Amino acid sequence: MKNINQLRILIMVGIVAVSVFVIYNLPITLGLDLQGGTRLVLEGIPTDKVSVSDDSMSGVVAVIRNRIDSLGVTEPTIQRKGRNQVVVELPGVQDSQRALKIIGDTALLEFVEAEWAPAGAENMPRNKIEEIYGPGAYVDIVKSERGREKYERPIILKKTALTGADLKGAWPGVDQYGNPVVDIEFNSQGANLFGTVTARSVNKPLAILLDKKVISAPNVNEPIPSGRAQISGSFSIEEVQDMVIKLKAGSLPIPVKVVETRIVGPTLGKDSIDRSKVAGLIGFALVVAFMIMYYRLPGMMADVALAIYVVMVFGLLALIHTTLTLPGIAGILLSIGMAVDANVLIFERLKEELREGKTLKMSIDASFTRAFSAILDSNVTTIMAAVALFWLGTGTIKGFAVTLTVGILASMFTAITVTRMLMYMLVDSKILKSADSKLVYK
Amino acid sequence: MNIIGRKNLWFTISTTLILISLGTLLYNGLTRGKIMNFGIDFTGGTLLTVRFEKEVSAHDVRGIMDKYGLGQSVIQKTGQLDYSIRTEPIESQIYQNIISDLQAKFGKVELLEADVIGPVIGKELRTQAFWALVAASILITSYVAFRFEFVFAFAAILALYHDAIITTGMLALMWRNIDTTFVAAILTILGYSINDTIVIFDRIRENLKKPGSAKISFSKLVNDSIMQTMARSINTVVTVLVMVACLLIFGGETLRDFSITLLIGFVLGAYSSIFVASPLLVLWYKGKSR
Repeated sequence: MKNINQLRILIMVGIVAVSVFVIYNLPITLGLDLQGGTRLVLEGIPTDKVSVSDDSMSGVVAVIRNRIDSLGVTEPTIQRKGRNQVVVELPGVQDSQRALKIIGDTALLEFVEAEWAPAGAENMPRNKIEEIYGPGAYVDIVKSERGREKYERPIILKKTALTGADLKGAWPGVDQYGNPVVDIEFNSQGANLFGTVTARSVNKPLAILLDKKVISAPNVNEPIPSGRAQISGSFSIEEVQDMVIKLKAGSLPIPVKVVETRIVGPTLGKDSIDRSKVAGLIGFALVVAFMIMYYRLPGMMADVALAIYVVMVFGLLALIHTTLTLPGIAGILLSIGMAVDANVLIFERLKEELREGKTLKMSIDASFTRAFSAILDSNVTTIMAAVALFWLGTGTIKGFAVTLTVGILASMFTAITVTRMLMYMLVDSKILKSADSKLVYK
Repeated sequence: MNIIGRKNLWFTISTTLILISLGTLLYNGLTRGKIMNFGIDFTGGTLLTVRFEKEVSAHDVRGIMDKYGLGQSVIQKTGQLDYSIRTEPIESQIYQNIISDLQAKFGKVELLEADVIGPVIGKELRTQAFWALVAASILITSYVAFRFEFVFAFAAILALYHDAIITTGMLALMWRNIDTTFVAAILTILGYSINDTIVIFDRIRENLKKPGSAKISFSKLVNDSIMQTMARSINTVVTVLVMVACLLIFGGETLRDFSITLLIGFVLGAYSSIFVASPLLVLWYKGKSR
């Protein structure tokens, strides 16, 4: 009998050891609500040319991923959601403004053949402009600054010659006056085209547009065959860096708009963790005390099983790479309260069996067997609710569904198997004898 | 204790509670324009949570919001130095400006949380919440129907809806914030509260199989079953309530509405399995062969 008890202890120590090993090696990642950060939900908008499709949305995800990678955010998540949405989560990022600009801008770079508008062109009807300058031509304004003075000059934009897709690379640089600019280089095809276009545009401006806004419109003095060019404007150094990121990652196949932003400061998450720790510890202590007071020795065994349960739940959550959210923590705490339910059912049954005069061992066996159907039924219904939450819930609520489900499954194991082992141990080691049923009930 | 004997009393209590709940929803709908205090999850909008350096009044905060034409915002004190501001969806640039203005006037202001939910997402979350509730109800209903005879399942499910309706009514009465976590709480209540009913019904089934069960009336058999399982019904819910109460007391503002919903729902769940589901069963089972 001694050997079998050693084996039981070994199994339980094994469960704890494996769980601790897993927790130690696979640290549980904290959700945005706990560690702080920015969450954005973007929705694709169809254009005349490109519709919202699987292809265009995958393109959006790929471009956003490239942009975020060059931002250097640790462990970002970029996921498609539904038909036309992308969810971006940036842990630790507080400056949502900048993130939003980098991620949300289409960053469509265009080089447009242009001409300075003659006086009065702003007031001409569109069809008149098209008649003179070709189909698609329209009037826009170029804004520039020289020193303190601001200039506005109307320009006629005729035909897009090249786009960001023709680029080979982009770098931050400075012009001859030391102002931040973006240096670009076209790929070979683009360079040829750029050469032809610049040859055609000598003594005329070539407008550079980003997301349909004119950034600058330098005059072409001579053909540029090298395929190198400079985008200048009144940029700050950060703006230049951000534009380089966007140009390198390419433009979004379709524009996006932001439909949800969520920013969590670092304090709130820390607050939440601290508070739920306190709530968890006090709750755990109270449940443990309640079980001992009401169910005596078996209650104490249930408490040991509960402690093993807590370690195991964290181990399992680490193993399946759960992201722990605040509702997730609530789910764990709740499941601690539910985990002892099975033991309550079993111990109440145990009292009845003992009152009927059965031996201790027979009573234990009977109580576990007969309480099982009620335990199973009640856990299945709770898991069903959790599954509905998981399939249809969003964001942090999913964390709750996961921890609750994992918690219930683990509790079925510990409350039934582990508690039973502990009860047998008591009987086999003669600590609990049929005679002293006072240890079981009042 | 004769619980079944007084079933009319329990039915009266439950009917009254349900009527109060439905009445509250109706009253809110008529006087406040919406049946419950739906949060930005469902309506779309902006929720800012800020922490001040020193104590300020809601009036002070409203003054700043007024400057942006957002004087109608719901401004609530959520902690000693914390305020939550709920308003329509605004650009992040605007709330950055609001924060700067607050800082200029009241010293250091920390942005704890900022949520901007567009109307599109609000609509999506409403639909999702609705389907989650439908799916969970169907799943749980069919499972209980599969495990028990029809009359048992029907009584258990009515008790379950009783819990959900009254919980919803109480939260509407307290005008608590209703968002996706509320839906999560209601689903958890649906899944968990049926447990006590299952335990009692399990016992009734077992007692029915015992030799000699035909000699006692069904209502006495049900009453005996309730008394035999009373300790378990109470103890299982007590341990869970202990955890929920700890969440409510120590868990902080973020989980408060969630904990309140669970607390009400779990208490009702324990009550309804004894005082609603079992008497209903007696009412309907009586007419059958026995």
